[in-house]
Amino acid sequence: MAVLDSKVPSGPLADKWTKHKNEIDLVNPANKRNIDIIVVGTGLAGGSAAATLAELGYNVKTFCYQDSPRRAHSIAAQGGVNAAKNYQGDGDSIYRLFYDTVKGGDYRSREANVYRLAEVSTNIIDQCVAQGVPFAREYGGLLDNRSFGGVLVSRTFYAKGQTGQQLLLGAYAAMNRQIQRGKIKSYTRHEMLDLVLVEGKARGIIARNLVTGEIERHSAHAVVIASGGYGNLFFLSTYCMGANVMAAWKAHKRGAYFANPCYTQIHPTCIPVSGDHQSKLTLMSESLRNDGRIWVPKKLEDAQAIREGRLKPTELAEEDRDYYLERRYPAFGNLVPRDVASRAAKERCDAGYGVNKTGEAVYLDFTSAIMRYGREKALTSGMKNPDDATVRKLGEEVVEAKYGNLFQMYEKIVDQNPYKTPMMIYPAVHYTMGGLWVDYNLMTTIPGCYSAGEANFSDHGANRLGASALMQGLADGYFVLPYTIGDYLNDDIRTGAIPTDSPEFDQAEQNVRDRIQKLMSANGIHSVDHYHKRLGKIMWNKCGMARNEQGLKEAIKEIAELRKDFWENVKIPGSPDAKNQELEKAGRVADFLELGELFAMDALHRNESCGGHFREEYQTEEGEALRDDKNFKYAAAWEYNGDPSKSKLHKEDLLYENIEVKTRSYK
Amino acid sequence: MKLYLKIWRQKDTRSKGQMVDYTLDGVESDMSFLEMLDVLNEELIAKGEEPIEFDHDCREGICGTCSLMINGRPHGPDSLITVCQLHMRSFNDGDTIVIEPWRAKAFPVVKDLIVDRSAFERIQQAGGYISVNTSGRPVDANAIPIEKDMADKSFAAATCIGCGACVAACKNASAMLFTAAKVSQFALLPQGQVEAADRVQNMVRQMDLEGFGNCTNTGACEVECPKGISLENIARMNREYLSASLKG
Amino acid sequence: MSQLLNSSLARKYVMALSGLFLVIFLVLHVTINLASVLSPDFFNEASHFMGYNPLVQFIMQPILIAGVIVHFVMGFVLEAQNRKARGSVGYTRYKGSANASWVSRNMIYSGLVVLAFLGLHFYDFWIHEMAYKYVEANPEDPTRYYAETVEKFAPIWRTVLYVIAFVLLSLHLWHGFASSFQSMGMNNKYTPGIKRFAKAFALVVPLAFAFIAIYHHLNPITH
Repeated sequence: MAVLDSKVPSGPLADKWTKHKNEIDLVNPANKRNIDIIVVGTGLAGGSAAATLAELGYNVKTFCYQDSPRRAHSIAAQGGVNAAKNYQGDGDSIYRLFYDTVKGGDYRSREANVYRLAEVSTNIIDQCVAQGVPFAREYGGLLDNRSFGGVLVSRTFYAKGQTGQQLLLGAYAAMNRQIQRGKIKSYTRHEMLDLVLVEGKARGIIARNLVTGEIERHSAHAVVIASGGYGNLFFLSTYCMGANVMAAWKAHKRGAYFANPCYTQIHPTCIPVSGDHQSKLTLMSESLRNDGRIWVPKKLEDAQAIREGRLKPTELAEEDRDYYLERRYPAFGNLVPRDVASRAAKERCDAGYGVNKTGEAVYLDFTSAIMRYGREKALTSGMKNPDDATVRKLGEEVVEAKYGNLFQMYEKIVDQNPYKTPMMIYPAVHYTMGGLWVDYNLMTTIPGCYSAGEANFSDHGANRLGASALMQGLADGYFVLPYTIGDYLNDDIRTGAIPTDSPEFDQAEQNVRDRIQKLMSANGIHSVDHYHKRLGKIMWNKCGMARNEQGLKEAIKEIAELRKDFWENVKIPGSPDAKNQELEKAGRVADFLELGELFAMDALHRNESCGGHFREEYQTEEGEALRDDKNFKYAAAWEYNGDPSKSKLHKEDLLYENIEVKTRSYK
Repeated sequence: MKLYLKIWRQKDTRSKGQMVDYTLDGVESDMSFLEMLDVLNEELIAKGEEPIEFDHDCREGICGTCSLMINGRPHGPDSLITVCQLHMRSFNDGDTIVIEPWRAKAFPVVKDLIVDRSAFERIQQAGGYISVNTSGRPVDANAIPIEKDMADKSFAAATCIGCGACVAACKNASAMLFTAAKVSQFALLPQGQVEAADRVQNMVRQMDLEGFGNCTNTGACEVECPKGISLENIARMNREYLSASLKG
Repeated sequence: MSQLLNSSLARKYVMALSGLFLVIFLVLHVTINLASVLSPDFFNEASHFMGYNPLVQFIMQPILIAGVIVHFVMGFVLEAQNRKARGSVGYTRYKGSANASWVSRNMIYSGLVVLAFLGLHFYDFWIHEMAYKYVEANPEDPTRYYAETVEKFAPIWRTVLYVIAFVLLSLHLWHGFASSFQSMGMNNKYTPGIKRFAKAFALVVPLAFAFIAIYHHLNPITH
């Protein structure tokens, strides 16, 4: 395994990061002025990295396809950000956050990375408060916390249901400060179409100006890919419409290994699909599981009556309801990790207990919480014997204060009042744990090409815990990458500006132009969305919440065929030399059609169930995931070889020196 | 249901645009407004015509990308939502729907229904931040207790998604609500006090340079804001600016 | 400070402050006018004082005229800038009524009517006074004001024009008075009270002016 050197520093776990920071090379401030860095993607990871790198003195260029860096999809994260602050005094610690994350990831993440993540998590909160991020506070003026799935402490910091927005605006503000100083040049409505390697090192990118259609060359001494995850592979997901894998995939095709593509997070609490016209799915924050109870009817005939509209959920007696998470997992109840909750919902719906027209929904019910809060509020307001209606009204007010925006969002989409009738929810694709393989320094297998945030594979193993994505994005961007990158750039202090007129840039630009030409000159039969939806169906049915050997083999074949069809028959109106949304979409779908195949191959090769990857062949008698630590305790890093089917597998063995690897149980 | 759509088409910034009529059948009431446009675009592509370009991304009301004037109102007839959260159940069979881009001198049309809102970027770059180094080691988060009420107010201002509906709705195309929200978000926190005077002056200066109109307190912005940002923020900015200017 | 003078916010302050100043003037004006109904003698006395006191004539009157000019010139400047801010292509459909009141959107029109009225009003009273005092150099006569005023309202057309102008003044104040507090940065727990007061003011003061005009029209001096 010489090719995959994780570069994890030696020494005791708790000292590794400090020791590493002390030992790596740095670039002196005067020399930083001579070094250029490109950051692709301006979400939490890219935005915070760009701001910090610029602040350190590097010249940074940022690229995003949106019209503003602040619109990256980190903004949609609702619930919160974890940090081992132990402000609640409930026994939290860096070790516990580290332990929860490794366990939550089903023992498929790199110990040292996760420990570092837990270690810097506390800095994130300090940093964000200093920047003016308005986190929720208690009446005493101190920061408030709430609980998320898969943990037994309250360590999640939040800003109502808009934590991602507030954190991203913080990073964006830090970026703006550097833009104003001239240290960051922000390219909006630009998309990276290729990575340029010079003498084996990442030295620039080819980007398309999405407004004018111009193809541009941008050079730098290092390139940071922070372009997010690839969940839009499934067409329907909670991702934004533009989210894509292009930057990461182009890096992959230029030599960066792609790790664990099959680890996908299916979030249990999303608004169910309503019809064929659907373009995206909307998440209802995991924080709702703090107060909502998930159930389906106990009897099949009740479920059927509900589906046909003959019975209302509120009419069903308590004893006729099956609170299946509380039943199956008494210790964690409704707060089991996402993968467990999603599979349990699917299991009930597959068994015929689904509660919407399509039979693919379960209830998330707030009645208990409303009444509980109502009684509490009545008592504290001095009411001795309030009637049920008063209690309900008071309780609804408390719930509104906590989740008002989510309830409003639900009502707008579904046209039902969630205060009065339980919400309907169903799992949907939400996050991808897989991504570009990176070492401890967050460098990919291409020298000088780094990857941060959801785009890399590093910290979440096979399943991510709630409120950990924001933590990882900011940890990578603010506190890790800006220092580790110095170790590499130290060699470049005398290099000088990288010219863009080299043969390497010529060749990369020509590739990009040829590809656009090829897309534009296909036969023109079906729209891009037609292919994207078909790909999504294959992925959801055969590579979704439950996978099996036969389905995956079919998927591999079908995706390859669909890809061929796409390149022959896709239809893109308009011109490549102007704003052209169809062309933008086509480029992204073309990449998904390649990644999809690798995804299925990865899922097929992993003959075990772990975290978000559930193989039907590998489960316990109770239907829990059955891991195979003997054969699969490794990160699967795929090397591109001209075609997804020819990809070569490399393994990074995962060593657990500080945690006992156990069967994950939330019972 | 069947709809009659009148939609602004414009090739690029320099070209002249015009309203074009489309008829769309088979629209379902549980579609979102943007999904209705997706369906229309699929029909146009099938006919070999260029689809209608409109800005959109998260489709859950938080990124602030979508920006359509629908029947004379930003984000359509409903309140407290963005276009992407608007559903077709707000319309009836046989309705005529007029769809236009935001109109403001400071927001030139890029193509069809897409406008260039980079003016907002520049306003924020002018001072919408607290100058604290990200690579520094700030004090512990709980060392700065903040009154809950102030933190909540700051949060309420900070929920601005920068969509530009305030400018689109204002008869004067004024960007006061946006700028005021950005100023207030920091002005309400102790961390933001140090630079408060410079911040408000610099941001207002940039706002004026961009060519937005003057505020005449009609309150249209507050009504149309998908996040319900309050006019109180504008008053706060007026106050902050006045005291900053008088201090010199 | 120099930035202040050029900024859009400064224009707001100027509009608000000159507006508030004119509101105060209205209070004075309506008080003296009411005297013309209640006590002709007191009215004559007050008018004479206002007409011949050097402080009023040479300091307060120019300030008032300046206040009026600043208010309407700035109003035109703002309107011109605001129209330009929409850009060269406007909306084909713009539903202003959905999100803002008619009066708030049409301050320029209510203002223009009031301005036109001021022309007539100046012609009726101020020009007359100037001519009486300085051109014709008539001697002081502290008893003439009541009769002159009542006589002005004898023609029905003038009374009707005055009343129309007061209606528009009411509309202008309905939005403008409370709005000036917002412009000066005041929006707090007192705001609902201020708004109620401003709206009451916008009704009562023009109503009083209109009442006086109609009263004098209906009650001419019979010799």
